[in-house]
Amino acid sequence: MIEIGLTHYLVLSTILFAIGLFGVMRRKNLLLLFFATEILLNSVNIAFAAISHYYGDLTGQLFAFFVIAIAASEVAVGLGLLIVWHKRHGNINLDKMSTMRG
Amino acid sequence: MFEAIAFYLFAFLTIAMFYITVTTSQALYAITALAAGMIFISAFFFILGADFLGAIQIVVYSGAVMALYAFGMMFFDTTRDVKEKQGNKAIILGLSILAAILIVVIFAVPMVSNNITALYPMVAGAGNTQEIGMVLFTKYLVPFEVAAVMLLVAMISGIVLAGKKMDLSLTLMSDEEIEAEKNEKVRS
Repeated sequence: MIEIGLTHYLVLSTILFAIGLFGVMRRKNLLLLFFATEILLNSVNIAFAAISHYYGDLTGQLFAFFVIAIAASEVAVGLGLLIVWHKRHGNINLDKMSTMRG
Repeated sequence: MFEAIAFYLFAFLTIAMFYITVTTSQALYAITALAAGMIFISAFFFILGADFLGAIQIVVYSGAVMALYAFGMMFFDTTRDVKEKQGNKAIILGLSILAAILIVVIFAVPMVSNNITALYPMVAGAGNTQEIGMVLFTKYLVPFEVAAVMLLVAMISGIVLAGKKMDLSLTLMSDEEIEAEKNEKVRS
């Protein structure tokens, strides 16, 4: 209980991943759905860093860096598209985007 | 002892913050709780000895990504309460099964992976930042450059999408007006 092992971190990572999945399932506002995807990416980063520490290998930390870079690009492109959508349609409701009209 | 206290404290705080993020109906509460959760996550990286990753987490997530979200929220009407989705049963079932499988795999993986050896072991006598620099700029140089190009593409696309023709307000016009504008440009 007092000794923190790899399993503790992996369980924490799973709990955060489940919270993120719950948010993805629940949200209808696309901006808040982006928040849920950030939670998913961060939970995976914790697992990478923990495995990197407990196996004495740096690869996990480097993968976490690339995950962070991808998350930053995703936010830039996604928010740009979202702003264009909101300017043209006046909402960011996920259910109203289902018809793919320009 | 202190490691355990810090782990449980920050685990509780992170889970609470992210739970608020996904459940609250106020967008401002959601973004504030998300920023707090990002900072608490960096505490795990510091506990795990990944100092550089923790600093990057604070700089990139709490700094850049959160500022981007805050600027993005200024474009949207966030004062209203957010309406929730009435769930699609098949998606909820599928994702719940996925989460359950993940938990099982997480408990099973340490049993089967006992004979893992480090591919790029930590260098003795070097700090975390130095080690990461040595591995990143030798073994992972090509992915690093590709990530740099990807960030450049993302930056340009963000500028083009959000900032193009701000004086003209291209995105407020109807399709016919945009077509007319396009024809105007072709003719001139």
